[in-house]
Amino acid sequence: MQWQPIGKPASIRAAANLRDYTATCRAFDWTAARAALSGLPDGGLNIAHEAVDRHAEGARADHVALRWVDRTDTVTELTYAELAERTNRFAALLRELGIHRGDRVYTLLGRVPDLYVVVLGALKAGCVVSPLFSAFGPEPVRQRLVLGGASLLVTSPALYRRKVRDIRHQVPTLRHVLLSGATGEGDAPALEPMLTASSPAPSLVSTAPDDAALLHFTSGTTGTPKGALHVHEAVLAHHVTAAYALDLRADDVFWCTADPGWVTGTSYGIVAPLTHGATLVSDEGDFEAHRWYRVLDRQGVTVWYTAPTALRMLMRHGDGLAEGYDLSALRFIASVGEPLNPEAVVWGQATLGLPVHDNWWQTETGAIMIGNFAAEEIRPGSMGRPVPGVEVCLLRRGAEGRALVTGGRVHPVTAAGEEGELAIRPGWPSMFRAYWNDPERYASAFADGWYLSGDVARRDADGYYWFVGRADDMIKSAGHLVGPFEVESVLLAHPAVAEAGVIGKPDPVAGELVKAFVSLRPGHAATEELRLELLAFGRRALGAVAPKEIEFDPDLPHTRSGKVMRRLLKARELGLPEGDLSTLEATR
Amino acid sequence: MTAEPFTPDRARDAVRTALLGIVPDAELDDVRPDENLRQALELDSMDFLAFVRRLADATGKEIDEDDYPRLETLDSCVGFLTTGN
Repeated sequence: MQWQPIGKPASIRAAANLRDYTATCRAFDWTAARAALSGLPDGGLNIAHEAVDRHAEGARADHVALRWVDRTDTVTELTYAELAERTNRFAALLRELGIHRGDRVYTLLGRVPDLYVVVLGALKAGCVVSPLFSAFGPEPVRQRLVLGGASLLVTSPALYRRKVRDIRHQVPTLRHVLLSGATGEGDAPALEPMLTASSPAPSLVSTAPDDAALLHFTSGTTGTPKGALHVHEAVLAHHVTAAYALDLRADDVFWCTADPGWVTGTSYGIVAPLTHGATLVSDEGDFEAHRWYRVLDRQGVTVWYTAPTALRMLMRHGDGLAEGYDLSALRFIASVGEPLNPEAVVWGQATLGLPVHDNWWQTETGAIMIGNFAAEEIRPGSMGRPVPGVEVCLLRRGAEGRALVTGGRVHPVTAAGEEGELAIRPGWPSMFRAYWNDPERYASAFADGWYLSGDVARRDADGYYWFVGRADDMIKSAGHLVGPFEVESVLLAHPAVAEAGVIGKPDPVAGELVKAFVSLRPGHAATEELRLELLAFGRRALGAVAPKEIEFDPDLPHTRSGKVMRRLLKARELGLPEGDLSTLEATR
Repeated sequence: MTAEPFTPDRARDAVRTALLGIVPDAELDDVRPDENLRQALELDSMDFLAFVRRLADATGKEIDEDDYPRLETLDSCVGFLTTGN
């Protein structure tokens, strides 16, 4: 079916932050854009200063920075001045505990006020912040704490008992674990009394624009997870892209539904709205359709940044559900996580009165790279066009599916509609600057002056980009990028499992679901009992990234080098002819 | 489909079986009857949808999206299944 482009009324075009896309792209310059930030007196730059202190010291001191809705719908607010004071206290506490500039401070928290205090306070102290996904099982948590050399972790009492207590002794660098709230446990003291006792005096450390700030782990197709390292200068990209791709302004009430353990939850769930001086809404509760409409309504959300899986779950309810709520404050909706199907874009227009603006970026890019804009036509199903200041290109692919490099050169695709690997020209401020302790993998992410994203797309004659699929075996499930290797490694630790191959099985709601095919060691029978045992085994170790389905397969296909061929497993799952793998991606 | 209302015992069994299909090693005896199931068992949104599907298949009861808030705890699930359509 051919989807009609969605145009924008003149009134909306005239009010948008980005009114003339073409002219802005031509004139845009990242150095000039720095004028939107305050910077530090000595020429330094610190994310927490841009997000909190500069507002707390000025006219927005008493403006609400954080509006937190707890599970029982009780609302707690923190103004910019209050947030500045609490983050000062946390930065001072870190110093008292002997945590220094450059040390890694981790969070394993849901959406609670301490999350914002810890992340921003640690940035004030010059520490590198690494937020973890609270639905991870103990194994991904342990691995990421070890890989990044965590010095201090802040988590909740429940998460501590479930995921940290039994593994903390396996992280030799971890000196302190603090528990959010007023109640500690053994050698994990409570954060709240420590904050109360520490100094509220201004405590910002001067950091340089290229000092390390954020460490986001992302899984790979092989090997251990990679820690993508971002610097304080990334805040410029957070600020600019929020203005252009989310149409965000200082008087907005902004709700980003992403989990704080993923990059979206930091770049846009914490930093970007605060740099604009807006009010950030944070909801502790889980997804539930009535609950989400209630948050939009009662909190008067004006700009909403969510994910395709959530939108598709809302779509499962009758359209009448939205009618019971007052969504009149809402003026802009955006989505990220996996490609947004055209039906969801159009559903937004029909049901909420606003189309959904899909955009594209990833952990390594740190900020939105391609998006649909407030004043521009939406082509349903397209991720949009590059954000001003971002140069994107498509590269012809080689036999392995990734960009073809011959004699050190890549080969851009120029014809409209032709597929290629999405690549970005380095130079945007939120580009990752390293994979933690892994210079080789970092170097291999670039070729001939381009960052290679691993996503395949095509570009139409008007410059709109359309997602085609992954160039590798990574799985996009419910907004999370799941690495098959990490899942396979855990399954292989079970005594019954000889080999495992993990794929993304297409799913109408989540995009893809993690599915594992396993072959068994001699002496183990493929029983239902064993299948359930493996499901439980995977969940215990991996949490939310565990396989949702496990199938026994005594004949796992192999490459010549003996590795399990995930692409062939996927072809079998989709019922495609196994000889024709080229059609695989067209099914997405 | 109109099903006979369940007895509380049958309803509880159906809920437990559906949950064990998602979290096979769940220690359901440790879950309080009024505890939020998603939090207690760490069910994500996809797990919850799978739970609803299993419950609907096993009981023959139509479960509409608007019924989801009634499936938050063991007790509320039992209440929902024993009320009839």
